[in-house]
Amino acid sequence: MTLEPLQVIKPSGECVETMEPEISHDELKRLYRLMVLVRNLDTRCLQLQRQGRIGFYIGSLGQEAAQIGSAYALGPDDWVFPAYREVGAMLQRGVPLESLMNQYFANAEDVQKGRQLMNIYGLKSVNFVTGSAPVATQLPHAVGAAFAAKLRGDRIVTLTYFGEGATSANDFHAGMNFAGVYKTPTVFFCQNNHYAISVPVEKQTASETIAVKAKAYGFEGVRVDGNDILAVYRATKEAVDKARSNGGPTLIEAVTYRIGPHSSSDDPKRYRSNQELDEWQRRDPLVRFRKYLEKKQIWSEMDETKTQGDTNHQIDEAVAHAEKIPRPSLETLFTDVYSELPWHLQEQLQDLKDEKEERR
Amino acid sequence: MTTLNIVQTVNHTLRDEMRRNGDIVVLGEDVGVDGGVFRATEGLAQEFGQNRVIDTPLAESGIIGISIGMALYGMRPVPEIQFMDFIYPAFDQIQSELAKFRYRSGGQFTCPLVIRTPYGGGIKGSHYHSQSTEAFFTHTPGLKVVIPSTPYDTKGLLTSALRDPDPILFLEPKRIYRTVRGDVPDEDYSIPIGRAKVVHEGNDVVVFAYGAMLHVAMEAAELAAPSGISVEVVDIRTLLPFDIETIIASVQKTGRVVILHEACKTCGFGAEIAAQIAERAILHLKAPIVRVAGYDTPFPFILEDDYMPNAKRVLRAIEKVHNF
Repeated sequence: MTLEPLQVIKPSGECVETMEPEISHDELKRLYRLMVLVRNLDTRCLQLQRQGRIGFYIGSLGQEAAQIGSAYALGPDDWVFPAYREVGAMLQRGVPLESLMNQYFANAEDVQKGRQLMNIYGLKSVNFVTGSAPVATQLPHAVGAAFAAKLRGDRIVTLTYFGEGATSANDFHAGMNFAGVYKTPTVFFCQNNHYAISVPVEKQTASETIAVKAKAYGFEGVRVDGNDILAVYRATKEAVDKARSNGGPTLIEAVTYRIGPHSSSDDPKRYRSNQELDEWQRRDPLVRFRKYLEKKQIWSEMDETKTQGDTNHQIDEAVAHAEKIPRPSLETLFTDVYSELPWHLQEQLQDLKDEKEERR
Repeated sequence: MTTLNIVQTVNHTLRDEMRRNGDIVVLGEDVGVDGGVFRATEGLAQEFGQNRVIDTPLAESGIIGISIGMALYGMRPVPEIQFMDFIYPAFDQIQSELAKFRYRSGGQFTCPLVIRTPYGGGIKGSHYHSQSTEAFFTHTPGLKVVIPSTPYDTKGLLTSALRDPDPILFLEPKRIYRTVRGDVPDEDYSIPIGRAKVVHEGNDVVVFAYGAMLHVAMEAAELAAPSGISVEVVDIRTLLPFDIETIIASVQKTGRVVILHEACKTCGFGAEIAAQIAERAILHLKAPIVRVAGYDTPFPFILEDDYMPNAKRVLRAIEKVHNF
């Protein structure tokens, strides 16, 4: 276990050649464009929230490399159990931007029928399991699904996202412990973004690192530079391959930083200094990856301008579409509580309809 | 037809359904080699192996959380919580995750699983092996709560639960695990979830009960008979969603209501039944509704017999509503 996180791309954009993963130029460029899309999406969504057009927004500014790099290491049949901040992972997984935007506007085309806050999202077709706001509850789910797959002989891996704050919660222990005992094919991906809302990582744990916690559960912990997409990909790919070949679980600590607020309701100026923020902004994952692509001579100023324009246009279109769709129907307040509407919900739905009728 | 007690019926039903459905797995503390502390899973590990009868680490939140993950993946886990008193570490998993998955995902992800747990007093178990906290769970949209009171119903209801598309909390009245025996057909049958049962017909007073208290209600009905009070006894059987039609029909028939449970009185499940009756059938009432329940104290130890509702206490309530 080293304290120094695994790094593939140096801040200068130089690459540690022996560590460079084999990824085609087209794929490298696609990954970068996706990072730009996520960055621009985040920026736009915070604006939309401020304008009162969407509700409470949870962004991932600064964590694009950690999310996209890790999700890129998964196979199409693998399952993801997110927390609530994993926009990059969703898009990498294949969630259409339009589908995500329908969720933000909580409209009738939202697969979740307008029932959850922004980015607490899931899409079954890409095995991206619907998350929730309670912290760390998804860890045992990821372990359970991996355990079920293992019992059935399916060669799939589950990956679960959580923050460093979640490592204090009881379900971190419950999930990690079970995974260790039953050697489930699970990757525990911790985005250590240094803050659980306002509480710094030093107040979450006296442990030297998050990664070292894996040792007590009988498996490997890896510490990686979370702002280095290739390092994240490399570490996750190794963990995924190990899990798939019956090597059991891995804990990955991606050291990163939440550049933005915890949510649209948070003011980070209350708990962290501008100096600290500046330091981390200098380690921007997009800037680093772009320098790498430029050094490889596969990215130009023209590519950059085009990508900025294209992604913003894509977002504009998704917003324009989603904003036009009406709210979900009144029935959706009651459906999906159970597989069928029991009598008391039928009665309550009728009451609501009658009340609406009378109000007219 | 075999004569079985309730815990044997749980065991046989699990075994039969596991033979039919390869996706069913049992997991929990001591459920494997030991067969469970009440022996509800006895012999299952031997028949189905350690991949289907799984001893878990001692962490209730983990047991339910792991089960949720397995169910999401398409299996049918049947987690056992050793005593209902130990279910609280899993409360978050049950409330925030299990009961909400279908709703929050817009019906994309579901968790059909059955949590089995022994509940209730009368076994000299003190605070932490005796409580009846079903009301915490009947206040949870998305969950179904089922409580059998006889071996016959145990098989029928557990079979339904194991085939139901929704998550179910199956509460087993441990006080009568071995004391109540009955004939259980060997062949496959099920009892629909959501239906109460008129166990004993009567015209003057109705007693609503469930679980171990059903038998206390029956005893009280017998004690009342010599004084010419004809008591109807209704087994609620499913607490969520409960059978409003059967409840209201018995109220309309008798006009005098006693509600019985061992859980503490304030905000207990009886309060919901009383409120439903008030909303739907108040003009049929000939006397105020009386609840017989556990007291609003932590569950006691040496004074357990004074805490638990018994037939005499129920008889007193029957007489009170009858003579009003």
